[in-house]
Amino acid sequence: MSNEAVLHAHSDVATHDAHGDHSHEHHHHETFITKYVFSQDHKMIAKQFLITGMVWAVLGGLMSVLFRLQLGYPDATFPWLESILGKWAKGGHITPEAYYALVTTHGTVLVFFVLTAGLSGTFANFLIPLQIGARDMASPFMNMLSYWFFFGASIVMLSSMFVETGPFSGGWTAYPPLSALGDASPGSKTGMDLWIVSMALFVVSSLLGGLNYIATVLNMRTKGMSMTRLPLTIWALFFTAVLGVLSFPVLLSGFILLIFDRNFGTSFYLSDIFINGVGALPNEGGSAILFQHLFWFLGHPEVYIILLPAMGMVSEILSVNSRKPIFGYMAMIGSLFAIAILAFLVWAHHMFVTGLNPFLGSVFVLLTLLIAVPSAIKVFNWLTTLWRGNIRFTPGMLFAIGFVSLFISGGLTGIWLGNSALDIHLHDTYFVIAHFHIVMGVASMFGMFAGIYHWFPKMYGRYMNNTLAYMHFWITIAGAYMIFWPMHYEGLAGMPRRYYDYSIWESFKQFQDLNRFISLVAMIVFAAQFLFLFNFFYSIFKGRKLTTLNPWEANTLEWTTPIHPGHGNWVGEIPEVHRWAYDYGKDGKEFIQQTTPVGPDESHH
Amino acid sequence: MTILLTIAVIVLVFVVIFQIAKASEYVSLLKGEEASRQQNNKINGFLMVAFLVLGLIGVWYCNSVLFDKTLLAHDAASVEGARVDSMLWLTLAVTGIVFIGTQIVLFVFAYKYQENKNRKVYFFSHSNTLEAIWTIIPAIALTVLVVIGLRNWFLFTGEPPKNAMVVEVTGKQFGWIFRYPGKDGAFGKKYYKNIDAASNTLGLLWDDKLGQDDLVTEQTMYIVKGKPVKLIIGSRDVIHDVGLSHFRLKMDAVPGIPTTMWFTPKYTTAEMKEITGNPNFQYEISCDQMCGNGHYSMKGVIEVVSQEDYDLWIAKQNPYYFAAFPEKDPAAAKPAAATTDTSKTAKPVEVKTVAKM
Repeated sequence: MSNEAVLHAHSDVATHDAHGDHSHEHHHHETFITKYVFSQDHKMIAKQFLITGMVWAVLGGLMSVLFRLQLGYPDATFPWLESILGKWAKGGHITPEAYYALVTTHGTVLVFFVLTAGLSGTFANFLIPLQIGARDMASPFMNMLSYWFFFGASIVMLSSMFVETGPFSGGWTAYPPLSALGDASPGSKTGMDLWIVSMALFVVSSLLGGLNYIATVLNMRTKGMSMTRLPLTIWALFFTAVLGVLSFPVLLSGFILLIFDRNFGTSFYLSDIFINGVGALPNEGGSAILFQHLFWFLGHPEVYIILLPAMGMVSEILSVNSRKPIFGYMAMIGSLFAIAILAFLVWAHHMFVTGLNPFLGSVFVLLTLLIAVPSAIKVFNWLTTLWRGNIRFTPGMLFAIGFVSLFISGGLTGIWLGNSALDIHLHDTYFVIAHFHIVMGVASMFGMFAGIYHWFPKMYGRYMNNTLAYMHFWITIAGAYMIFWPMHYEGLAGMPRRYYDYSIWESFKQFQDLNRFISLVAMIVFAAQFLFLFNFFYSIFKGRKLTTLNPWEANTLEWTTPIHPGHGNWVGEIPEVHRWAYDYGKDGKEFIQQTTPVGPDESHH
Repeated sequence: MTILLTIAVIVLVFVVIFQIAKASEYVSLLKGEEASRQQNNKINGFLMVAFLVLGLIGVWYCNSVLFDKTLLAHDAASVEGARVDSMLWLTLAVTGIVFIGTQIVLFVFAYKYQENKNRKVYFFSHSNTLEAIWTIIPAIALTVLVVIGLRNWFLFTGEPPKNAMVVEVTGKQFGWIFRYPGKDGAFGKKYYKNIDAASNTLGLLWDDKLGQDDLVTEQTMYIVKGKPVKLIIGSRDVIHDVGLSHFRLKMDAVPGIPTTMWFTPKYTTAEMKEITGNPNFQYEISCDQMCGNGHYSMKGVIEVVSQEDYDLWIAKQNPYYFAAFPEKDPAAAKPAAATTDTSKTAKPVEVKTVAKM
């Protein structure tokens, strides 16, 4: 569909500003249901993704607090836990079953529901049409379906927590045979069926969303918006969508084979298995490693699906608030592209110690460490963007700077783990936990916070409270480092992840004090997130109102829309674009919006 | 009661914070947006540097407290592990320099270039030279790390020396079974459908002569100091992982697909007790791959002993075959004959000899 067609389809752009003027609204009557529930407005869908993601973030974070209680205080009993969790915390002590279920669900929920749907679902939906100059997505209806499939996935995942045998508890990577055999682990019974169904729905949601994002970016840019004038956010979201569309189907195929193994007696992943109390299984000839290939063929791109949107938003926010162009725009696109390509060629670095052919392993070492090059380019370009700028520490900017710090810290340990000869020692220890939580978990959360604080005025026409935001930032970054930095040391002691209790281990029990400290900080940081949550919801209704269209004095198109843009975004014609998005501080001008035509005596960059 | 009190205190703290936050908003309205932004900038700019300084002190402090608790505080217990360590130190040096350098640049830039009315920003959109520099330097540094890494990798995953002893390690929920090839130096065939939890934990084919002298033990594995040992690793049910943190190696145990790993232990268990200063020291085998609800307790022990002690130990072991068929044991005449760890409850059973086709 061309822009023109969309334009006609929504010639009735209803805006809040035009509320009194009902002559504009012909056939597009919005009811509560069509506006807030089954909305096809990309901005509303973005908010739905965001708020659902936030609900999951709170639940997922709460789960981590619960299992950190066990790790920090393995000998203590908390009677109130039994009142909440019932048989899963008999005597006020979390059971191993519950512990593993919490760990697994925490991982699944944070990776997929919060950092995939909540992050790229929110900002791809919100920013793509607004920043490329489109009235909506290529297919608003598919977009709506994308959210509701995600909602369905959420409901199924939530329901899995209430089945009698418990939710799935075999780790978020769901390796068979453990995930295939209910006799090997109670969590692999009904809980696992629900887990797979939920994930299948989630894959559908991702594909519907991703196809839409790609089609929209490629086809619906406004006049003058060539690909090389796109803000880096859009480039990042575009590559994210491409990654998702190419890799999620592979994951789904892996899950389908798993469903067959679980329910229909096939042996794709199963061979030579004897289960205590059950006996030898008839399955022969399958390969448990096959699943890992299929899983990580998504699993690794997934890391970048999570990280790229954060990188894009951080690039934009750093530039806007440094009042300076992003340094090396083309190199930033090139490095995004390189990362997107390499993301597909490194999956087996999660499998160095599975007995993978050593030669194959060496190829994956090379390709994995190659990713450090585009990553380094990005970091140095961000640093240069700050250099000789004029930095405004808006909350979004603080989180963007925090993102860069965390990305450096977590990225560098990737150089350790990507080298198979070190991974053979550090694999599946707390070193890995520290690495991916910093670089993927916390860093992407920071990207998400940066995005929320930065675009909140566009979403709701109000500001969030700065003081709360500053407190939120400083507590969170200090806490994140205090939680995850010491975990490197546990990893260097070989301490394995996913252990319920370390007290019987002569090699690992020396970290009890440290574990208590980490748990304590984790609880404080979790509590500090309520500063954000309160700020967010309070500001939606009571925040300081926006009085200008462009509060951050930014160049991109979303700030040319009305304060409360209606469905269709712009009143009247979509503006035309005449330049790239980063003319900050050019020729002594504070900023030049993309819609400003190039002046006759303007210098070239 | 204490819980109620705690909740009340937390709620109170939050309320106070919100009140301060709200008040600050009014103050900023009174002062004007411009002035309040400048003030916020100053505070946050200062905090940036403070965070950097405190953070680096924290890194140092964390290291001083925790370093001795890691494996790096003493030697790797295997010849190959020493290579892991030296590579680890090199990687630490490279990434450590980059870490400290870039974090300092990041936070110092943030502090130094905070908003200042008099500064004119420098319109600097790209520089091919700079970008080439920070493409090429990381590429070179990484090449060095990759070359060293791969040389080690091929050593670790290559063939062990000819004199290596061989032990088969099998994971199960939740423990380890070890098999030694016995006097003939070769393992007998096995087939998982022959497994009997009590008398044939590995599913050995009893009519295979090679297997009739195989030794099977659980929990503790004996190996010899200075002698390379090759582990043939498998699993009986789900995926496990033989994690040997003191030897700096690990390898998955996958049902249906044997994997291998080899290393040369450098110190006996007794020597390690002295080196680590821990009288309870054990070489532990930790399962490093999530394998079910007992994952955290799936512990094995390796005893590294001298050749003499090993010979003494192995001489006391009885082939597993005799545990299943005591009547065939030449030593069976003596009822007090030493038996293997697992044969206590063993009794003769009908064995289905299903050959794997």
